[in-house]
Amino acid sequence: MTSKAFRPDVDAPEWKGGHSPYDIIKEGVIAVVVVSILTILLAVAFGSPDDPQITVKSWSSNDPMDFAATALSELNNTSGSAQYGAPYNKASTGQQLGPLTLAKWVGARIPINTVNDFVVDPLKALPEQPVLSADLKQWSNASSSTRTGWVNNYTHAANKMKIVSGQLVVTATDAGPVPVMMADLLQMARTGALDQALVTQNGFYTMDYTLPLLFLADGTYLANIAQKQHLTGDQWGMMNETGNYPGQAWLWLYTFWYQVSPMNSSGNGDILVWGIMMVLSAGLLLIPFIPGLRSIPRKTRVYRLIWREHYRNTP
Amino acid sequence: MSTTEIDRQWTTRLRKRVAGKLPPEKLLPDTQPTYVASWIYVFGVTTMAALGVVIVSGCLLAVRGPQWWHTSSVGHFVNSLHLWSVEIFFFAMVVHLWGKFFMAAWRGGRALTWMTGVVTFLTSVATAFTGYVSQTNFDSQWISTQAKDGINATGAGAFWNVLNTGQMLMWHIVLLPIAAVVLTALHVLLVRVKGVVPPFEKTTEVAQ
Repeated sequence: MTSKAFRPDVDAPEWKGGHSPYDIIKEGVIAVVVVSILTILLAVAFGSPDDPQITVKSWSSNDPMDFAATALSELNNTSGSAQYGAPYNKASTGQQLGPLTLAKWVGARIPINTVNDFVVDPLKALPEQPVLSADLKQWSNASSSTRTGWVNNYTHAANKMKIVSGQLVVTATDAGPVPVMMADLLQMARTGALDQALVTQNGFYTMDYTLPLLFLADGTYLANIAQKQHLTGDQWGMMNETGNYPGQAWLWLYTFWYQVSPMNSSGNGDILVWGIMMVLSAGLLLIPFIPGLRSIPRKTRVYRLIWREHYRNTP
Repeated sequence: MSTTEIDRQWTTRLRKRVAGKLPPEKLLPDTQPTYVASWIYVFGVTTMAALGVVIVSGCLLAVRGPQWWHTSSVGHFVNSLHLWSVEIFFFAMVVHLWGKFFMAAWRGGRALTWMTGVVTFLTSVATAFTGYVSQTNFDSQWISTQAKDGINATGAGAFWNVLNTGQMLMWHIVLLPIAAVVLTALHVLLVRVKGVVPPFEKTTEVAQ
């Protein structure tokens, strides 16, 4: 019977050397005390960031033109959300990893209709207003092609959109109820009522902010603030946080891939990055079984530094 | 009841198996091999200590609800404790991970120990991420709206909606912490069962 050959990157030698005293409980207690003190010192010295949330009210008040343009893009189905694809709708195939259209396969399981969810339904939630009610009725009774014609005419005229005394002014002809709907939506947003309407569509209690967050993300107001806070994708994005705080530094490798070609310009950048990270994570997990990779520690000899005392005392 | 019958009980079998694999002197050792003498060994226990502080500070934040820390200076301080303990936790964990990599700590039947460590790291990343999107401030708005595209592209966004603050908060304070703690416990038990990996033999370098 022959013994199995010793594989230095898989097998470990049996330890036949000595032992030294070790108080595991004492070590644990000291670690907790030291980490607690360090945490308190860091918290006292640096605190934590808490930039206030952006509301639809603050957005529409501070940048009404961006709000109005975004609302129009929801109404004419040109916004990012309207064109997103799965899981929100079927407007596009979504991102692809080679032949794999993973999001499309799963389907539109969080269905969002930007026309109704962001514009029409919130307006319906407003208290009875004769003009708006008549216009909403006109909208509801119109055919799809008529609505499209109104929205197209309004969109064409919206090149000269302006805000006068806080009111949205667009001189559009043959736009049906759209001018009133858009003007009232801006007013609704500026009172804060739209913030409520977007989160209460599923009932009184809610903790789902999908609609208002998508609406905010479709505009440029949120992104402009993020740009100033060094948070956009080309600024290493979401691994940062507001202010000079370390943020999610452990996401550096994930964020790194967004800085290099083709991920920084491809329409499939997100799924490419996720694909790379899945492969790298699997590689990290399975290192013990991957010849070559598992030899790196032995060949780089960094362990000589870690166990230098052992090697110094071993003949 | 006969002795044979007792020996065949599930409880008896489990006790014997546990006692065989992890006798008290292994679970709570009072000595260690002399090669365990490097600063790098500190980072494993530091990671666990930081995890403890993370959990305690998170529980304190939970007492008054998810938005308390925006309106209270005490709450803000507790949030700062939570943030910095998380930063220490990840720093220590990453150093621990790289240290174990350069020790080839999977040797000698320790592959599962390595793998539970890696899965714990990935679970911790997800736990921290759900915390960042549950802050109910500008950071959480921006991070969630950016992160949705990556997760949606994989198809997972249909079930794991980062814009659903309630869902993210529940994952952050219940599901993922349970997973992280269970995985950490399993990892530590495996370390105690298998022991700390011994150094490479000097002859190994010549032979290879």
